[in-house]
Amino acid sequence: MEFRESFVELSGCGVRLRRGGQGPALLFLHGASGMPAILPCLHRLAERFDVVVPEHPGYGRSGEPQWLENIHDLAYFYLDFMESLGLRDVLLVGNSMGGWIALEIAVRDTSRIKAMVLVSPAGVKAPGVHPADTFLMSAEEQVRALVYDQKIAEARLAEPVTPEALDLALKNRHTTARLAWEPRFHDPHLPKWLHRIQVPVTIVWGEEDRILPVGIAPYLQKLLRNSRLEIFPKCGHLPHAEMPERFVEIVCG
Amino acid sequence: MRIVLFHLMPYADLDLEAARRNGTVWVKLPNRHFDPAKGHQLYNRYLDELEYGETLGFDVIAVNEHHQTAYGLMPSPIVTASALARRTSRVRIAILGSALPLRSHPLTVAEEHAMIDVISGGRLISGFVRGIGAEYHTFGVNPTFSHDRFHEAHDLIVRAWTEEGPFPFEGRHYNVQYVNLWPRPLQKPHPPIWIPSQGSKETIDWAADPKRRYTYLQTFSPAKVVERYLRMYRDTAKGFGYEPNDSQLGWAVPVYVGKDDESARREAKEHFEVFRNVFVKMPLEMLLPPGYTSRDSMKNVMKAKALMFGDVTLEQAIDLGLFVCGSPKTVLSSFEKYWQDMRFGNLLVLCQFGTLPADLTRRNMELFAGEVMPALKKL
Repeated sequence: MEFRESFVELSGCGVRLRRGGQGPALLFLHGASGMPAILPCLHRLAERFDVVVPEHPGYGRSGEPQWLENIHDLAYFYLDFMESLGLRDVLLVGNSMGGWIALEIAVRDTSRIKAMVLVSPAGVKAPGVHPADTFLMSAEEQVRALVYDQKIAEARLAEPVTPEALDLALKNRHTTARLAWEPRFHDPHLPKWLHRIQVPVTIVWGEEDRILPVGIAPYLQKLLRNSRLEIFPKCGHLPHAEMPERFVEIVCG
Repeated sequence: MRIVLFHLMPYADLDLEAARRNGTVWVKLPNRHFDPAKGHQLYNRYLDELEYGETLGFDVIAVNEHHQTAYGLMPSPIVTASALARRTSRVRIAILGSALPLRSHPLTVAEEHAMIDVISGGRLISGFVRGIGAEYHTFGVNPTFSHDRFHEAHDLIVRAWTEEGPFPFEGRHYNVQYVNLWPRPLQKPHPPIWIPSQGSKETIDWAADPKRRYTYLQTFSPAKVVERYLRMYRDTAKGFGYEPNDSQLGWAVPVYVGKDDESARREAKEHFEVFRNVFVKMPLEMLLPPGYTSRDSMKNVMKAKALMFGDVTLEQAIDLGLFVCGSPKTVLSSFEKYWQDMRFGNLLVLCQFGTLPADLTRRNMELFAGEVMPALKKL
């Protein structure tokens, strides 16, 4: 399925938008590494959905607005974004940082959200579970830690790093630090308000996640009253990229 | 020229093999490698060395701040500067500097510096830094707000030192209803402010501003890099419409003086190479967390990675001007030549580095103070 690229101007920030397919709206919120290319799972989902893939303010080719200082700013931004695009009955899907943004959006307002799929989301600190410190990892260590199947990592590492890709990686890392350095990848106030999310939530987690360990998943599931948990064996931090068939099945199911 | 005796107070009893295996002595070297009994000996030895600086005629003795590292044992330079304030009577004492963004409240810095200034009878030189990249990992402070917090903390401190209290301070990061400093500093309008830096255009633009005219110190860099940044400061000042005084420029560099060139190199080699290749070393991600520098600066560092992150021998370091070492005559003529090119009004010499033991440190200080310093002071 083909995705059209455009830029929308919202709150003084140019946002790079890719959109493909027809059907109910699916808003995909990417993780800390951004979304330079549309993933195969999104192409497949576009056969059933109107798939909307923005690059967050501060990431990729979107602008870097002055107002972007914390994760809450992005939550309010995306409430404006859904309103501005007239999206309704949205299936909100987010991975890692994107999953955290999805949670922050939904505790504020679910009036445009029909259901959510959270793919190894950040945002909540589970007692006794210790996420990896990605800020002390080299680029190579990060690529390796993201996936279970090291062949995928080898292929990624074999790709040449263009100057443009390096610029984007540094930009993404900067924004991620701004939003998630401290407290590290979570909002300590978020668990207090997760009961406000009453729409159905599917939590997807890779059993071998080396970034956000799967131990967070049952803790989060307890905090979300209308949620179910799908754990993918032999899978890392990016189940949607590493096991696209099963992921698409769950999203469509 | 003003001569400053500068100390880092490294943990010289470090298990070097453990440090090499760990890859760095910063952030995550387990603190079981610190033996408090040895620490006791080292602190007292190092404080004695700084106090001896007054006897030897140095103009200033200087301490600095680093956290959770064997590189330097001064998480609080306030503690060492306070001890020195009571044990010395004429020499100036410089804190180079307090890491403002790492403090949760800048007023504590304003208060502590003011106390030392009052206790010492107005001998304090205040230095402000942002802390190095690794310290944003250890403290958890967000590096993307580092510049903002630094500038705001600075503004609060200088206003607290100079304006009559109580007054309110309203900032983005710090909000205080009643700024009303007791004690106020002794020096008027406030202690001199020095800005140590590893080289940054943003820092130079800020320090050279005619409202501030702060002394800029380039630390531990190859002489060519020192020259480039000191020239940048002069050009920036001229761009602001004034001619900077040489006293606004300084260079911090490790120094070793021996009887002759050959014995100086032989005595210093092992200790300098431990300093450069064990104590200083850290991976890129630790050195430059996101937002600590501009992304362009980060890319420049990545390009120079081989030079910055590889090992350097004593001989290479001398050639690069990272280290000044030799007979009194050699060291004096090196500094005279560097001074001709750069005209720095402050020279900060690190007479103890790495594992350099007490006897060699003392002899180094004595030879430098006796046979090099008098001529340099006249420059």
